[in-house]
Amino acid sequence: MTEFLQHLVNGLSVGAIYALVALGYTMVYGVLKLINFAHGDVYMVGAFAGYYLATLIMGGSYDPDATTATIFVQALVVTVGAMIICGALGYTIERFAYRPLRHRARLTSLITAIGVSFLLEFGFQLKPWFKTPIEFPPGSSFRVFPSLIPRSQWEWAENTLGVSVSNLDMYGLLMAVVLMIMLQYIVYRTKFGTAMRAVSFDWQTASLMGIPVNRVISWTFVLGSALAAAAGIIQAVSRPKIDPLFGLMPGLKAFVAAVLGGIGNVPGAMVGGLVLGLAEEYVAGYTDSSYRDAIAFSVLILVLLVRPSGLFGRVTVEKV
Amino acid sequence: MRAWPIVKSFLPFVIGAPIFWALGVITPEAFRLILITVFVNIVLAVSLNVVNGFTGQFSLGHAGFMAVGAYTAAKITIALDGVQLAFLPPAVSDQVFFAFALACAMVTAALAGLLVGMPSLRLRGDYLAIVTLGFGEIIRSIIENSKPLGQATGLSGLPQRVNMVWVGLCAMATIVMARRLATSTQGRALFAIREDEVAAEAMGVDTTGYKVRAFVISAAYAGLAGALVSNAIQLCTPRMFTFVRSIEVVVLVVLGGLGSITGSVVAAVVLTIGLEALREFQSFRMVSYAILLIALMLTRPQGLFGTHELWDLPFIKRFSRTAVRAKEAP
Repeated sequence: MTEFLQHLVNGLSVGAIYALVALGYTMVYGVLKLINFAHGDVYMVGAFAGYYLATLIMGGSYDPDATTATIFVQALVVTVGAMIICGALGYTIERFAYRPLRHRARLTSLITAIGVSFLLEFGFQLKPWFKTPIEFPPGSSFRVFPSLIPRSQWEWAENTLGVSVSNLDMYGLLMAVVLMIMLQYIVYRTKFGTAMRAVSFDWQTASLMGIPVNRVISWTFVLGSALAAAAGIIQAVSRPKIDPLFGLMPGLKAFVAAVLGGIGNVPGAMVGGLVLGLAEEYVAGYTDSSYRDAIAFSVLILVLLVRPSGLFGRVTVEKV
Repeated sequence: MRAWPIVKSFLPFVIGAPIFWALGVITPEAFRLILITVFVNIVLAVSLNVVNGFTGQFSLGHAGFMAVGAYTAAKITIALDGVQLAFLPPAVSDQVFFAFALACAMVTAALAGLLVGMPSLRLRGDYLAIVTLGFGEIIRSIIENSKPLGQATGLSGLPQRVNMVWVGLCAMATIVMARRLATSTQGRALFAIREDEVAAEAMGVDTTGYKVRAFVISAAYAGLAGALVSNAIQLCTPRMFTFVRSIEVVVLVVLGGLGSITGSVVAAVVLTIGLEALREFQSFRMVSYAILLIALMLTRPQGLFGTHELWDLPFIKRFSRTAVRAKEAP
């Protein structure tokens, strides 16, 4: 039972990260029908942006003498700052790499996306060009993400259930849920969300109805990238080893989560992320953890064979 | 005269073999591996072109099939090292066994291709890309966890059998295969699928069947390339066959032009040698791949040659036309 609960906790905390990243995939796929291959690397950039901001603002770690409120404000500034930086990055990628190709074959955009992904991954692995105020690019060796919040264990869970839950996991999960609720509100309750859904339904008709399609697509990228940055920070805070390639696997798995939930479907991505996180944790936990990476891909292949539209996706028929 | 077509199909290889042998002799030791890499990259690029260029599907799992072929050949060459066919001199016997290993590598890689292709080729373009990528990673994950295959450290100390003749002939075989495929009924069906899958299906082309066949052929040659490259460096590790390796091949194919055999060959030669010159700036190597890929897609998404071949280029066409006219004139 203890083991079961421990896997549940771990699965949820990993799943929340997959879900946040999967939202970016699913929204972009919804409006552009493009698999944004570089999304996993935006997640990586988010973690690095947080790393640099924390180094600049807090000097590498939280100040042990500061009040709890100060620490939280600083952590919040770092997170929001990283989200803004990644939003800008997402906008730039869309504007300069994807928009010029929008009317070309879809494969062209996919190849460009792979190119952007490689540019970020290997560009970040170059030797630093400048050292002050920060070392950028960070180089290929890993870096330790500064601790934003003092880590503590949740004693009640430890004592009564025997499950180890850190406060960082709790905050991460809480933040993921808050962000998801906000996104849900934006997509289903605001004018922008309506426009986004209209573009995703049929962008040509949407543009005839006076919806600024380009702007909607740009903002979709900004939103998705900001969520990825938040996910990157949540991940880096609880497991502080980051390197330029650490977005690769979570990015691919988040894509699997998006497909599992039905790509293009916002609640589907959240559920898909959580389900994938749990599935991975339970399968790896009860059998052999060295096959962890293969689990997600097996899930993907199963989903595509059994139910290609995913759990919540609409079944579309290809018409000539 | 009935034997002529058979002779004609083997003639290039008979002529090619001594040329490659001479090439191997005159190449200085420092350039030997580079030249082998060039030939292996030709095999990889041309074989991937069969799926990505001819058929218009998008596979990102080429490295996985390379791994299957490489490990098969490595296991066989290690097992048969020291075994000798009594009626042959040792060097020849080794080469015979290596030929056997290469054939096995192609067969196992083709089987892997069949296994991967059957379920995934029912999917559309970008999904297929991710699924093939996923399969590539699964293959690698299995190898990394398999004791007999040496797990993450891989197999080392393979007895070296590869020489310039092997890689040269394999590159030639791949090119001939692709060329013949392109001009055959099979090739027509693949092109039809590339141009419009729904229309091809409506015209009675068994789209899934042809796609799987193209995939299997491509996987077999990827296995061959994997076997050659691992034997050339006498090492076989899972790290050699990551997703990055697949992308490198995709860059070659896209750069040369999806669907152009000569394009893939030219891209493989130019890019391999060009990037070798950049070896001092190793860290820029992958960055330059990325920039090349983006710039190419933005400016010339069909690649250097598009679906054309080298001899379709205007100035070469004009040249050959004058040549033909000169021959016909008297």
